[in-house]
Amino acid sequence: MGGKRIGRLVLAATAAWGLAASAARAGEITFWTWRQEDKAAYTELFNDFTKANPDIHVKFEAFAPENYATIVSAALAGGRGGDVLHVRAYGGLEQFAKAGYLMPLDPQTVPELANLPDDAKAAETLRADGKVYAVSFASQTLGLLINKDVFAKAGVQPPETWDQLLSVSRTLKDKGIIPIANGTATAWMDEVFTGIFTGPFLGTAFVQDILAGRATFEDPRYVAALGRLLELRDFLPPGYTGIDYATGQQLFLSGRAAMFAGGSFEIANFRKQNPKLALDFIAPPAPKAGEPRYVSKFYDGGYAVNAKAANKADATRLVRWMGTKEYGDKFSALLGNISPIKGVVIQDPLLAQVAKLNDVSMPYIMAVHFRYESPTGSELLQGAVQRMLAGNLTPQQVGAEVTQGIARYYVPFQKK
Amino acid sequence: MTAARRRAVWIAFLLAPALVVMTLFVAWPLLAAFRYAFYGFNGLAAAQFVGLQNFREVLTEAPFAAWTWRAFQHNVIVFTVLMVAQNGLAYLIAFALLKTLPGHRVHQVIVFLPVVLSAVIVGFLWKLFLHPLFGLVNQALLLVGIHGPPWLGDESTALGSIIFTNAWHWMGFPALIFLAGMQRISRETLEAARIDGATDRVLMTRIIWPLVAPSTTIVVILTFIGSFNWFELPYVMAGLSGSPGGATDVLGLYFYRTAFGNVSSGLQDFGHGSALAVLMFVFIAVVSALALRVLRRREIEA
Repeated sequence: MGGKRIGRLVLAATAAWGLAASAARAGEITFWTWRQEDKAAYTELFNDFTKANPDIHVKFEAFAPENYATIVSAALAGGRGGDVLHVRAYGGLEQFAKAGYLMPLDPQTVPELANLPDDAKAAETLRADGKVYAVSFASQTLGLLINKDVFAKAGVQPPETWDQLLSVSRTLKDKGIIPIANGTATAWMDEVFTGIFTGPFLGTAFVQDILAGRATFEDPRYVAALGRLLELRDFLPPGYTGIDYATGQQLFLSGRAAMFAGGSFEIANFRKQNPKLALDFIAPPAPKAGEPRYVSKFYDGGYAVNAKAANKADATRLVRWMGTKEYGDKFSALLGNISPIKGVVIQDPLLAQVAKLNDVSMPYIMAVHFRYESPTGSELLQGAVQRMLAGNLTPQQVGAEVTQGIARYYVPFQKK
Repeated sequence: MTAARRRAVWIAFLLAPALVVMTLFVAWPLLAAFRYAFYGFNGLAAAQFVGLQNFREVLTEAPFAAWTWRAFQHNVIVFTVLMVAQNGLAYLIAFALLKTLPGHRVHQVIVFLPVVLSAVIVGFLWKLFLHPLFGLVNQALLLVGIHGPPWLGDESTALGSIIFTNAWHWMGFPALIFLAGMQRISRETLEAARIDGATDRVLMTRIIWPLVAPSTTIVVILTFIGSFNWFELPYVMAGLSGSPGGATDVLGLYFYRTAFGNVSSGLQDFGHGSALAVLMFVFIAVVSALALRVLRRREIEA
């Protein structure tokens, strides 16, 4: 079994070598990514780059997302791999950077780093040496996707407070509409669901307390916020424990459900699947009227230079260009993502609205701060919330399980 | 060159390609996994030798130990239920087919048909059948007024549903092995038993059962290895996390997500992942070797 899987890894690495070898032509650099579906957009972007830098051609090479890290790490371990790499953020970035596979970027060689906000740089920084290893490409915002037609037909307004969420959901349900499309069967979506609805109850103050070691996830604020999630169980699809991510999306897209708790990354995808969808994206409801409605925010990943790239100078030029406003503008327009580069103008009204929501945002706690070591806060929370929403754990138990798991490596939790 | 020497060269020439492929793609990765299990990792690069630390952590330290133990228990359940339900039923089907009743050839094909489908297809198919809203199973139950549970979403039914799917998929295989074993028993033996007044029940338990011991050996060993390497079906039907809440987590899933990382939740951790892989490998190798000895002895006694 283990041998078989490692065998596949070796196969993948061999394939990777083959690709890298075939691409090693002068003036040509390769870009490795897991985003096969973005090929057309990247081809257009790279054409722009070549227009400005006629001596460099960029080759786009994509790998399956679920195997991407394995393939890239195998190739990098062998001193190969793309010259410029799509990398993830936070713990996912650290795994590559810590191993010495990526070239550190500094303001001298990549002055464009100044175009990025601090939290975008932090997402691509190795904590051990404080150096930035990649240029962030997009921020993601978690909130509520709204089907405006369904709301209009039911004669209700999108909720702004928790009480409104409950009453609107009640009305929708009475009219035979599923209020919230999410199920709990896909584990990572449970973390998304938790992040969205607990966010406004916790706020940035709670995150600061966690990071300063003043609070754990057993804190009454956190337990109470988790308890709020239980109130939503009535408004999820029937048999929600068996509803997976794909089904939730379909329920929302087909208009059988009115809301979908998800990320801004759904917008482009939803529009593609149903161009007629009257889509809106709003912040989660506030605990009480007038209180801030925090959205959770995180960075997807970045563009890094392979530490062993044959042509680091050209690779660096590409990464520098990927940190410019010109790139960010076009990237956002083509891919429906929000580029974090300062001064980027987002044409699409809905995306511009999401970008505006980021003004009142908090970090997506587990992904941003506790996905560096195992067991990750994400895996602990996902499994525990899944059980809580099924009625098999209490919010207190979830808080304790998550805190104890993280305490393995997070010193402030060990004392408590 | 002598004839013997030419023969030796010829054999070496024929063996070499297979040997190279086996070494490169089987032996070397296996040894690499063994080596990784004893290393601490710096991100994705093996850093320092840590002895048995990875093993100690996955076996004794929270929360890994609890996850290892939970997954192992699930594998034991899978093996036990498959042995009784899947293979027991397969034995009965084989016996029915042996009786060459009218239409037995068609039935033989039908029984074996799902085996040729890929586990991924079967997994997706049954995931759809068991879907709480659109699934065939719950729609059918609704016709008789029963609200079926979300089979794959309920902690009490999820593992059972996947085991059932496995049995549906694989039943034909042990049935075929048992049938082949039964067909090797001489007609005279069976007819003599019949003349002495043996019923089907006696025939099945006293006469055929001991005589198909070699088939049983194969079925037990393959079911054992399959159950403890179980991966495709739970992966397709429950996902890498063993949803819901780890109710379907088995060693295969746990090892895979530890070593290769679960996108959107985990990290790649080759050290602990390799330690788990080594533990699985050793456990399966040792237990199947012991079981093989016991079962072979039983064949001779029979």
